[in-house]
Amino acid sequence: MLEAWSDNRVSRWALWAFAALVLTFLMLPTLVVVPLSFSASDLLEFPPREFSLRWYEAFFGSPTWMAALRTSLTLGVLTALIAVPAATLACIGMNRLGGRSAGTVYGTLLVPSVTPGILLAIGLFFVLAKLGLVGTLPGVLAGHAMLAIPVAVLVLYPAVNRFDWAQVQAARSLGAGWFRAFGGILLPQLRFSLLTAGLMAFLTSLDESVISIFVASGDSSTLPKLMFLSLRDQIDPTIAAISTLWTLLVAIIVLVLTLVQSRNGP
Amino acid sequence: MTAYPASDPALIADAARERRFFLSLSVPALVIVGLSAVLPILWILRQSFLNIGGDATLANWSKILNSGLTWSAMQTTFLLSGSTLVICVILGTPLALALASTTPRKANLLMIFLLLPLWTSILVRTYGWLVLLRREGLINGALQGIGLTSEPMPLVYNTTGVLVGMVHYMLPLYVLPVYAAMRDIDGSVVRAAASMGATLGQAIRTVILPLARGGIVSGSIIVFVYTLGFFITPAVLGGGKVNPIAIRIERTIGAFQDWGGASVLGMLLLLTVALVGAMVLALRRVAGVRHA
Repeated sequence: MLEAWSDNRVSRWALWAFAALVLTFLMLPTLVVVPLSFSASDLLEFPPREFSLRWYEAFFGSPTWMAALRTSLTLGVLTALIAVPAATLACIGMNRLGGRSAGTVYGTLLVPSVTPGILLAIGLFFVLAKLGLVGTLPGVLAGHAMLAIPVAVLVLYPAVNRFDWAQVQAARSLGAGWFRAFGGILLPQLRFSLLTAGLMAFLTSLDESVISIFVASGDSSTLPKLMFLSLRDQIDPTIAAISTLWTLLVAIIVLVLTLVQSRNGP
Repeated sequence: MTAYPASDPALIADAARERRFFLSLSVPALVIVGLSAVLPILWILRQSFLNIGGDATLANWSKILNSGLTWSAMQTTFLLSGSTLVICVILGTPLALALASTTPRKANLLMIFLLLPLWTSILVRTYGWLVLLRREGLINGALQGIGLTSEPMPLVYNTTGVLVGMVHYMLPLYVLPVYAAMRDIDGSVVRAAASMGATLGQAIRTVILPLARGGIVSGSIIVFVYTLGFFITPAVLGGGKVNPIAIRIERTIGAFQDWGGASVLGMLLLLTVALVGAMVLALRRVAGVRHA
């Protein structure tokens, strides 16, 4: 875009130097956390003078952290298993309905993504308290599924709208039931979007912290909730080890997502 | 949908049945969102008008609205959101321009640096900043190392720390729409400006920024509205000294067990977000900004 000023070296260098600084700022926390997790020292010294795996041992050896890890992964999977089918059905329904009613459904489903997280968290806390479900896995799951539905809808709705419904009509006119028409024709064509939506729903749950902080406790405590509590009390490099593993896991998922999207075409 | 001949009652009934079927498909999603998002928000509204015994009262509202803590929390909230927005615009707009001015291939590669933080847990990032900004942290070490300061600077457990964390969180979300808007600019318009003798600065000011206005407005709205409800960053990096509205809500529930008061604060936050949203919509209509 700025090729016309290619002789204006100084300005273009200044622009890129500035951009490089801002990108460094964005990467800085990750760049610090990863080496720190391999430090041998109790102190948060950077760069570490000696290296070890003791903080990883501390993490994997701790029943509390392991329980939280299991809870987080379980919640992530369950969230995807609930949010993706619910969102897929809703997208099909909205697409076929069209008009005002589709708009109303769409608007309602997006409520969680436009409401401040703290509000959803305390509201859910009050309701679950009334039901005696605070601190239970189903309570946290309700919160995570609710957050993941708009995410899945945003991924799936455009894909469902691109689908050529004449194919389903053809199948129906040849005698296929709705179930057969959807399962045999629509879903296979949506597979990349379904995979993307599933991974995004999983990530949404994995990354969620505010609802967990208010609603989870004991066995239903997620990794982010425990991390939050320990960040408030003291900071030791165990958190760095967890953070590194966490970032690695998310990086892998994002990489898969990118591959899925590039294979799915532009 | 297909238009059915209105004359045939069987077909009309069929169409109605089909509509009901399609409407029923959205029920599971609507139930989940309804029960765990919409109902809780209505619950907060209702509870803000109830006392501990469950009787209707305005006491919660008058107590919260007359408390100095509420207004200082509001002030802190707006100060943090406004400052985050200004810093994001200053840091993010040139970055978006640099990305938009390079080949899509290179931009996509650099985009990884933007997207990785976006997908990194907020707690991981907050922890990173805690380590970096401590008294004995890397930043203070570097500042003293190059002789800029002789004493460690207080960079965390105060407004500075919270702002660093908030800017770091919001910057990618600001850059993405601005970058998208700048990518969409027709390159020939910029070349025309160059051929008419515009300097780079003039072209940016009079051609690129106005054409990217939609993206800049979208990004700014995202940053401002999103940060109004920030909780984790001020809770960890503020060290109890920076108390926006979200922190007051948590403390009102946790320390004071005052659910009615917390509900009023929650409604105030929701009203603020809705008000800012409505103002933006109205302004946009007046200014006629498209694609925003």
